[in-house]
Amino acid sequence: MQSEVQFAGFGGQGIMLSGKILAQAAMEEGFEVVWIPSYGPEMRGGTAYCTVVIGDQPIGSPIIRNPQHLVAMNRPSLEKFAPMVRPGGIIFINSSIISISSQRSDVDEFTVPVIDIAKSIGNVKAANIVALGAFVARSGILNMASVEASVKFEFAKKEKFIPLNLKALAEGAKAAQK
Amino acid sequence: MGKVLMKGNEAIGEAAIRAGCLNYFAYPITPQSEVAEYLTHRLPEEGGVFLQGESEVAVSYMIFGAAAAGARVFTTSSSPGISLMSEGISYIASAQCPAVFVNIMRGGPGLGGILPSQADYLQATKGIGHGDFRMLVMAPASVQEAVEMTMAAFPLAEKYRNPVMILGDGLIGQMMEPVDFPEHLKTPPSNKNAWATNGMDTRQSEARNLVKSLYLDPEQLNQHNLMLKAKYEQMEAEEVKAEAYNVDKDYKILIVSYGTMSRVCKTAIMQLKQEGLEIGLIRPQTLFPFPGEMVLQAATKDSCQAVVSIEMSMGQLVEDVERYVKGQRPVSWFGKCGGEVPTPEEIIDHIKAML
Repeated sequence: MQSEVQFAGFGGQGIMLSGKILAQAAMEEGFEVVWIPSYGPEMRGGTAYCTVVIGDQPIGSPIIRNPQHLVAMNRPSLEKFAPMVRPGGIIFINSSIISISSQRSDVDEFTVPVIDIAKSIGNVKAANIVALGAFVARSGILNMASVEASVKFEFAKKEKFIPLNLKALAEGAKAAQK
Repeated sequence: MGKVLMKGNEAIGEAAIRAGCLNYFAYPITPQSEVAEYLTHRLPEEGGVFLQGESEVAVSYMIFGAAAAGARVFTTSSSPGISLMSEGISYIASAQCPAVFVNIMRGGPGLGGILPSQADYLQATKGIGHGDFRMLVMAPASVQEAVEMTMAAFPLAEKYRNPVMILGDGLIGQMMEPVDFPEHLKTPPSNKNAWATNGMDTRQSEARNLVKSLYLDPEQLNQHNLMLKAKYEQMEAEEVKAEAYNVDKDYKILIVSYGTMSRVCKTAIMQLKQEGLEIGLIRPQTLFPFPGEMVLQAATKDSCQAVVSIEMSMGQLVEDVERYVKGQRPVSWFGKCGGEVPTPEEIIDHIKAML
């Protein structure tokens, strides 16, 4: 068993962090995991993406051309990466700022207005965590409890942000089930 | 402490601290700058020193100075920076000072690019700088292995009084994987009183320790080089490490590949296995000394018809493979260099075309 999740969006949207929190949770559940960033001459507002590979066997190639799932936080990422997703996977769309669909009928596409939800709980910066909650709930890739534990671990040095981010996860999960 | 999720670059920094190395000199360059970023806050916590040099050339001589004084010391850089350090590395090898150099390779030549590459294979394994010398070179294929090799590098550098290189690529530096850190190495360099210029009051002997690389008398220089050569032969006898993968099967093709590239090859081998095709793999973990005997043995297995070197370089590893297979099987090259990592699918297509 091996799953790959690609997180993609603008630099500054917390793409790398969403992936890292998922990878941390996968490790705590005992899976093999690799987190691979896009790295290059990046700039604020440029594109950013990372891939998290989760498996029950040691992970071979860390380079994934066709991921199982995509979490698209902006339109350029959706346009660029949606054709790469394997049939049967999930395509998550941040409908707060993406008004188009992937036009694919062989995947489970779903939309959540994560920026609006993040604003409604008090901090637009938590949109990436809302998206993570929505994706984890929809995919069942890991237990939500381990993702919650991973959020607490990640924000251990900034404790005041833990309640907000746990709320963001929960709101994302709720939105994914509608 | 259990497993932690860590970027390769940061894990290498932590591994050096756990190997008892508290001296780090470096100059930033993508894709390894996180080592310096990490050690900027970690080394002072441990009472160590990080000093950013004004250039990689300067860094190599800071390393030389610290190593000559008997301190455990290391640096990290990426391809163009390593080229600049190569002058100092040559002096360090001649003066027989132990030091660890980490090269997180990027595409070249020149400034090249910043994406992963294995283009510095020949540079690392064939003596890197001017003069007759070798470094012991280890190539990790995971963050865990990067940690283990970094920790092993310091005692090896001290055993041989010679520079040791960890040769990774951009992906090893940039990706995060779970890491289980081994215990701290508690022992300081055991043999430093024999060579370090650490002051007479720490030593019983009356003999002066002298660190130098200048031998104007040709016979003395010849003797010096023969002594160095004996060390490299000892490395070849004692330090070769490689992983043999799927070699118990009757494979028609043997792959030789190292580092990140070998992981992609393993994925291709697993997929080909499902189609009923068996492929063997030898993954050198030490690049110098090269596991030539293992490659020869695996290549000359009855079922094996051909050997392919798969690398993120334009035919470098293949030279060592050819050197050991000695014409007993056809040896070819497959690879890419420029930052793009060949995919399992590309490797599968290439292997099928070979059959």
